Amino acid sequence: MTEQMDAGLVAEQIAATPGALSEPADGQEMGRGRRRKEDPKLLTGQTNWTDNITLPGLLHMAVLRSPMAHAKVLSVDVSAALEVPGVIAAYSGADLADVMGATLPCAWPVTPDMVSPPHTPLAVDTVRYVGDGVAVVVARDRYTAADALEAIAVEYEQLPAVVDMEEALKEGSPLVHESAGTNRTFLFDFPGAGADYAETVAAAGDDAVVVKRRFVQQRLLPTPMEPRAVVVAPIAAADDYTVYSATQIPHILRVMLALTTGIPEHKIRVIAPDVGGGFGCKLNVYAEEVLCLVVAKKLGRPVKWTESRSEHYQATVHGRDQVQDIEIAARKDGTLLGLKVELLADMGAYLQLVTPGVPILGAFMFPAIYKMAAYHFTCTGVFTTKTPTDAYRGAGRPEATFAIERIMDELAHELGRDPMELRKQNWIRHEEFPYDMVAGLTYDSGNYEAATAKAEEMFDLDGLRREQAERRARKDPVQLGIGISTFTEMCGLAPSRVLGSLSYGAGGWEAAQIRMLPTGKVEVTSGATPHGQGHHTAWSQIVADALGVPFEDVEVTTGDTDSSPKGMDTYGSRSLVVGGVAIHKATGKVLEKAKRIAAHLLEANEADVEFDKGAFSVKGSPEASMTIQEVALATFAAHNLPDGMEPTLDSDYVYDPENFSYPHGTHLCAVEIDTETGFTTIRKYVCVDDIGKIVNPVIVEGQVHGGLAQGIAQALYEEAVYDDDGNLTTGTLVDYLVPAAPDLPHFETGRTETPATSNPLGVKGVGEAGTIASTPAVMNAVVDALRPFGVRDVRMPATPERVWRAIHGSDAERAAAGTIAYGGASTSTTAATQEQM
Amino acid sequence: MIPAEFDYLAPDTVADAVAALAADEDAKVLAGGQSLIPVLRLRLSYPTQLVDLRKVQELRGVRDDGDALVIGAMTRHSDVVADPLVQQHAALVAAATATVADPAVRHRGTFGGALAHADPAGDLAAVALALDAELVAEGPGGRRSIAAADFFQDYLQTALSPDELLVEVRIPKLEGTWSVHYEKFNRVAQAWAIVGVATAVRREGGSIAEARVGLTNMGSTPVRATAVEAALRGVPAEAGAIAEAAQHAAEGTTPPDDLGGKADYRQHLARVLTRRAVATAAGV
Amino acid sequence: MARVRMRVDGVVYEDEVSPRTLLTHHLRDGLGRVGTPIGCDTSNCGSCTVSMDGDSVKSCSVLAVQADGAEITTIQGLADGPEWHPVQKAFREHHGLQCGYCTPGMVMAAVDLLKRNPSPTEDEVRHGIEGNLCRCTGYQNIVKAVLSAASELRGEGAHPGAFSTPPAGVPA
Ligand SMILES: Cc1cc2nc3c(=O)[nH]c(=O)nc-3n(C[C@H](O)[C@H](O)[C@H](O)COP(=O)(O)OP(=O)(O)OC[C@H]3O[C@@H](n4cnc5c(N)ncnc54)[C@H](O)[C@@H]3O)c2cc1C
Ligand code: FES
Ligand code: FES
Repeated sequence: MTEQMDAGLVAEQIAATPGALSEPADGQEMGRGRRRKEDPKLLTGQTNWTDNITLPGLLHMAVLRSPMAHAKVLSVDVSAALEVPGVIAAYSGADLADVMGATLPCAWPVTPDMVSPPHTPLAVDTVRYVGDGVAVVVARDRYTAADALEAIAVEYEQLPAVVDMEEALKEGSPLVHESAGTNRTFLFDFPGAGADYAETVAAAGDDAVVVKRRFVQQRLLPTPMEPRAVVVAPIAAADDYTVYSATQIPHILRVMLALTTGIPEHKIRVIAPDVGGGFGCKLNVYAEEVLCLVVAKKLGRPVKWTESRSEHYQATVHGRDQVQDIEIAARKDGTLLGLKVELLADMGAYLQLVTPGVPILGAFMFPAIYKMAAYHFTCTGVFTTKTPTDAYRGAGRPEATFAIERIMDELAHELGRDPMELRKQNWIRHEEFPYDMVAGLTYDSGNYEAATAKAEEMFDLDGLRREQAERRARKDPVQLGIGISTFTEMCGLAPSRVLGSLSYGAGGWEAAQIRMLPTGKVEVTSGATPHGQGHHTAWSQIVADALGVPFEDVEVTTGDTDSSPKGMDTYGSRSLVVGGVAIHKATGKVLEKAKRIAAHLLEANEADVEFDKGAFSVKGSPEASMTIQEVALATFAAHNLPDGMEPTLDSDYVYDPENFSYPHGTHLCAVEIDTETGFTTIRKYVCVDDIGKIVNPVIVEGQVHGGLAQGIAQALYEEAVYDDDGNLTTGTLVDYLVPAAPDLPHFETGRTETPATSNPLGVKGVGEAGTIASTPAVMNAVVDALRPFGVRDVRMPATPERVWRAIHGSDAERAAAGTIAYGGASTSTTAATQEQM
Repeated sequence: MIPAEFDYLAPDTVADAVAALAADEDAKVLAGGQSLIPVLRLRLSYPTQLVDLRKVQELRGVRDDGDALVIGAMTRHSDVVADPLVQQHAALVAAATATVADPAVRHRGTFGGALAHADPAGDLAAVALALDAELVAEGPGGRRSIAAADFFQDYLQTALSPDELLVEVRIPKLEGTWSVHYEKFNRVAQAWAIVGVATAVRREGGSIAEARVGLTNMGSTPVRATAVEAALRGVPAEAGAIAEAAQHAAEGTTPPDDLGGKADYRQHLARVLTRRAVATAAGV
Repeated sequence: MARVRMRVDGVVYEDEVSPRTLLTHHLRDGLGRVGTPIGCDTSNCGSCTVSMDGDSVKSCSVLAVQADGAEITTIQGLADGPEWHPVQKAFREHHGLQCGYCTPGMVMAAVDLLKRNPSPTEDEVRHGIEGNLCRCTGYQNIVKAVLSAASELRGEGAHPGAFSTPPAGVPA
């Protein structure tokens, strides 16, 4: 495939048929609904989960975890554990202090003066959250290891828990890290790329309408169905280690394990076997990975650690947990003036790999698809004695999208405008792309009109509005609400120079290698490491199109630092947009070389050689042709190559994107609320996503569905709750409510197609779209249903009890349910929160 | 997670099971294991021995005993739901049991296990109470029959002594034509009831002659809503009268304050759900 | 220790196990039948679902000693040689799996459902698999797959997968 998707051409296409879908041409793989290559092993139980791995002499490690949120560790006595038959070793934090490294890595110092206290893999003198590791045992089987944990004696001296962010910031609050002298991790201040917010609002004088809200992004537990697991196989004599981990990031992990433990990087091989979901929580470098490695090294035997679900909920990072104070200003006619955002972001007890960066990623997304003159963002990171937070599907962008989409509805309400009309008035029109945003990004393409029109048509917006009016009029106990979310996101993390400007510790490129084998088959390795997304299928499609070989002839390898040594792994909807493009580019290099060889063998001028459907031919003499497989064989034999040409046909490409990509879409949700019980049912959910060109509609639909489920779960079901002592009270799947099949609606999905202009495939990424868009769509619908009761917000998740209290409760209860926004002055239906400046 | 060590015995008869329990005060009965095994895995309990009832054939099955239906303690939820006698004579039991957990759990969990476990959020205790069930226990001193009202004593606590087995449950057949409904309110399909209402209603012409109402999760034991039952007696089978009677549903209850909901919300739910349950059962 | 004998995916095994051994650990660690994974410790997730004497059970909530004498079928024993079970085929056709971790349990739960209810409605399918959590798919394609497999098992033919861009005239 040639670079047919250049910017000019793309722009032409957009102008011709806004948002129209392209159909795959005959024989073309791009856009074809291939069923996945990954499925046969997964469907027959032949999967290689990390916990499935056994090795001769394998030992099992278990971690003793703190039952207290905050305490001094006075003593750890492992001697009784060593007496349990079958126990090989037991270590306290102090025992491993010299080998486990001084701190687990945080790769994202978001400000130069960020407080980044050491985070040892096992606590040595202080525990800072329930679940913080204090000791490990290693035994010959997992049952013995579990028993031996109970034989370890730890003396704690309890310290006060720090649970609430605002309390943590108060003068005199107990400190999570005594040595830091503060619970404030950082203050990130970003004045945007536009005008000054305060001046802009002041200049508008009486014409300015300002709406303020406080939104709470509850803490979430990412919950991939596979908990984490690690196996380390040492070759002690060679000081050589193979680390198997259920991780999203084998490549980053390898570097970080070397930096943390001092074991040379080239002596560590990391393999991510089949990984059962990640959703961001496996984008990290964990204590147990380091501990298994150093213990295996000490003992010279392979060591396995497998997390249980309840352990996972303590020991694996959590997501979200922000308090958002957001203020939007508009003219009375609805024209947006600006946006001011002040975040509190709960870091938990320590900084994990990208903990501080997550809210900062959101900084660029609050203005979303809307034109405005001014924007100001600040974020304060806060330490608390809770499990660290980090990336969870969307990472920073769902929070931002939620806040802007919710407050657009609130602004519409204050102005007495239809929420969709207000959006249409302010969004970037398709002919205005590329567009420089007030947050500093340049959106390359988009067509919000087309996606919205299609969504409205699928949704029957007018019919549902009519029904809503009728239900309101007859005071039906079941009220109907309609919610909108017109979102965009930045995907394809990320141009390395942008990451550099944000002080992130690594680049955002991705690597690919292509090898044509003598028999004409193709091996592809990719640095993007899948954990359910279907990379092997999609990459095969890209390669098949580019090289003109059958889909079945392509084999993709990922997740092993030996066979795919370079990579930046999978997160941030980057795999296709960065990793897939890298593959496409690598095929270009193969073709270049193959063409020279074909010209040589066909005794033609290279300029006269053409490539189509897997074969090279000479212009004007169609009988002179050879297939790419024949070229591959010729390069293997190497009997007759152009002078100086290296044998074999392969290539290696590292692609660094020039811009993010900006998928967008319009999601519409109708909910029914039983006002007597507060129970919310999603009646209809329509989403139209524009993710540019697509490689495989089957995979795309799956990604959208799964994303919607997680976003809806945030709106209605899930919340990690801590008590005042810092105990996670939703510590198992009994109390943390992950929705099952009956709890989710049937989704109606549609697409429009506005190709990205920033990459040759025109792709934008789809991994996070559903999650980002759906939470505000659902919550806007919930609030819309409840407007007749004077309700202007409901805290997430909108549990039946919260909804019921929002309708029927006392003032205090309505405030607690989130009914009263910002400052909580009044529960009246009038514009108590509106301030004229 | 992994249970701690215990010994295991699978006797063939009730007598042997009772003897085993009597011999070891820290022994525990294992029925379907659907509550006990998770408890052991989380190491919330450390029994020395499990006495597994799976081989005790006399504890399985449903039989018609004239004026009562008898359900063996080891009858699995899935068998209870499918049993024609239960559907005929104790439809409320079938209706509530069908809402317990999920199909795989219902293939293992037992009627007796659920009642002996006595979780106030469990769905079957309120049904047993509403239907005036008699729970038959056997211990070293022989058999005794315990009225449901006396059986459930506190959170996870019953009138069974540690060396007693629940062997069967006698459910008096309802005289006349009754219709039933179990109304369960939970946040997600997998979750236990925040509140549940078990109702049986006998209509005579246009009015409600008699009603039974049992409440799930409205206290540390299941609760019989006697005030509602009294208020329903003889009222016309129509929405207004039922709603009025249902207003008494929360009287005398002390529901828990927990993640599932605060006490006052549960009391409110009890009133709403009772109204709906009775109306549905009464065909209104 | 206790002696347990069971037939797993057609093969008879007899072993000494500690009474506390969970069936799932016996299958995985004892017998090497690792096709069935573990996802929780509270019997909620259903990842570990297998068929025991013809009934779906969560193998993490059964002791190996309770399965003495039982016939167990796991995902690894579901296919008839190279011929997949219609539920397996339908999951692939309808993209009812992503990471695949829930899949062994989900497929076994679906097989059990269809055995009891050959013509389920969408709602009945959703409730039939309510003991199995999937974090990737949002369930919709799983539900489609189960309905399609039901149709095939009834002899009415499987449903073809339908996705937002239909493959243009080429079989996928
Ligand atoms: C995921 C999940 C969801 C669930 N949801 C619900 C729900 O919504 N509603 C609901 O009601 N239940 C629910 N349950 C519980 C289920 O109904 C259990 O089956 C039941 O509570 C226990 O029955 P069992 O036979 O498994 O008993 P076991 O777990 O074997 O035993 C439970 C307790 O009772 C004792 N015991 C058992 N049988 C006897 C006996 N015959 N004599 C004396 N003591 C005995 C045991 O010693 C033990 O203490 C759920 C369980 C799970 C795993
Ligand atoms: S592992 Fe068995 S239900 Fe989760
Ligand atoms: S496919 Fe990943 S959990 Fe279901």
